[in-house]
Amino acid sequence: MRHILLLLTLSLVSQLHAADGKLLATPGISQIEGAGGGGFVPWAQLAGYGSRDEIAANVFCSGANVDDYDLHVCGAQATFYDRVEFSVAKQKFHVDALNLNIKQRVLGVKARLYGDIVYSRFPQISLGIQHKKLDDPTVAYLLGADEDSGTDVYLAASKLHLGAIGGYNWLWNITARSTEANQTGLLGFGNAEHGNQREIVLEASTAILFGRHLALGVEYRQKPDNLGLKEDDWSNVFVAWFPNKVISLTAAWLDLGEIAGAKNQQGAYFSVTGYF
Amino acid sequence: MLTNFRTGFFGACCWLFAGCATTPQTTLYDKLGGESGIHNIVENLVQEIGRDEQVFHYFAQSRVSRFKENLIEHFCAISDGPCQYTGDNMVDIHTGMNINERDFNHLVDLLINAMDDEGIPHRIQNQLIARLAPLREEIIYR
Ligand code: HEM
Repeated sequence: MRHILLLLTLSLVSQLHAADGKLLATPGISQIEGAGGGGFVPWAQLAGYGSRDEIAANVFCSGANVDDYDLHVCGAQATFYDRVEFSVAKQKFHVDALNLNIKQRVLGVKARLYGDIVYSRFPQISLGIQHKKLDDPTVAYLLGADEDSGTDVYLAASKLHLGAIGGYNWLWNITARSTEANQTGLLGFGNAEHGNQREIVLEASTAILFGRHLALGVEYRQKPDNLGLKEDDWSNVFVAWFPNKVISLTAAWLDLGEIAGAKNQQGAYFSVTGYF
Repeated sequence: MLTNFRTGFFGACCWLFAGCATTPQTTLYDKLGGESGIHNIVENLVQEIGRDEQVFHYFAQSRVSRFKENLIEHFCAISDGPCQYTGDNMVDIHTGMNINERDFNHLVDLLINAMDDEGIPHRIQNQLIARLAPLREEIIYR
């Protein structure tokens, strides 16, 4: 982690100017596992404003506070020539009932396979992986998880349609993810009795850009239920503000459903990404 | 009887269509302010380029008056105005410039500024940009 951050800082310093080659707001923000995306969903866009001739580095922190849990995430991405994105994220998940923290680290890579979200005729397509590891798997094992680490693989497609809805720009993204994670990995991976439970889930985001600086959208993330704890799909409604190509601020209302026996988990989410 | 019916039927149709035809369809050209609107947008854009460190160098050797004329004609034609674009095609014009993605998007930003200054609403701006966007492939990295 420290080495990667150091590398990021170096690549930052070595850049004479911040990457700014994409149109405002089009790269989106940073999702909770560290990839460029929405709030929950990794998007086909690579993080940051780097175009085909630029390197971009971004840092972000997000916080979610639902009824019985908190999640704090900070991380960073480095994107090279709008072709490949590397990301790290450190998550701290606070369980109010037990007054303990579950920590998870996520390393991600995403490669753009085709297209440009704004300009190509067909949607931009990217392929990504996220490798996740829990610091301490005690809770995960208690709940019946099989592993303390796992790897998700996802394919994402996204498109910005210029002036499409009443003249406003319209963005959509669909992601298919192969995963065995329980609550994105915070409760481990798979089921100890049934072993590997890899399955494919769908995730989607859509937003309308009201002006150059403001996006209003919704997201949906399908989730497996390996532990038999009635793990629900997640959804959110978000508003993201892009005052310039250096920072974005996002607020959302989350509906996470049931988490490990605690029903109807709802709450607020805030996120900030700095783009260099 | 049949003839009468047909006359009546077609008569009604004509009347209906005539009703539509007399409400002239507004084109994007009209929404951009027609001839004077597009003239001002291009004028503003040239001012923007003239002040811009990132892309001015591309235009340093250009004849401004011809550039303006041809760009006005191009915007007029592409927004369904009463013009035919008579200039060279996008590939020929931009070949040898090696315009990259970043500079292309920067010019889009300058165009947005130019339209802002002319008071073109955001939703109309997007419609012009939507028509220009497919041309990018003919312009960048050539
Ligand atoms: C969709 C976007 C664009 C369109 C529709 C477009 C269209 C045109 C047109 C109609 C002309 C006038 C041709 C003439 O003078 O006969 C022109 C010239 C020119 N364009 Fe573009 N252009 C676009 C993007 C760009 C970009 C991004 C750059 C550079 C950053 C650029 C640089 C130039 C230059 C330097 C000239 C002048 C060439 C000369 O002096 O002969 N264009 N363009």
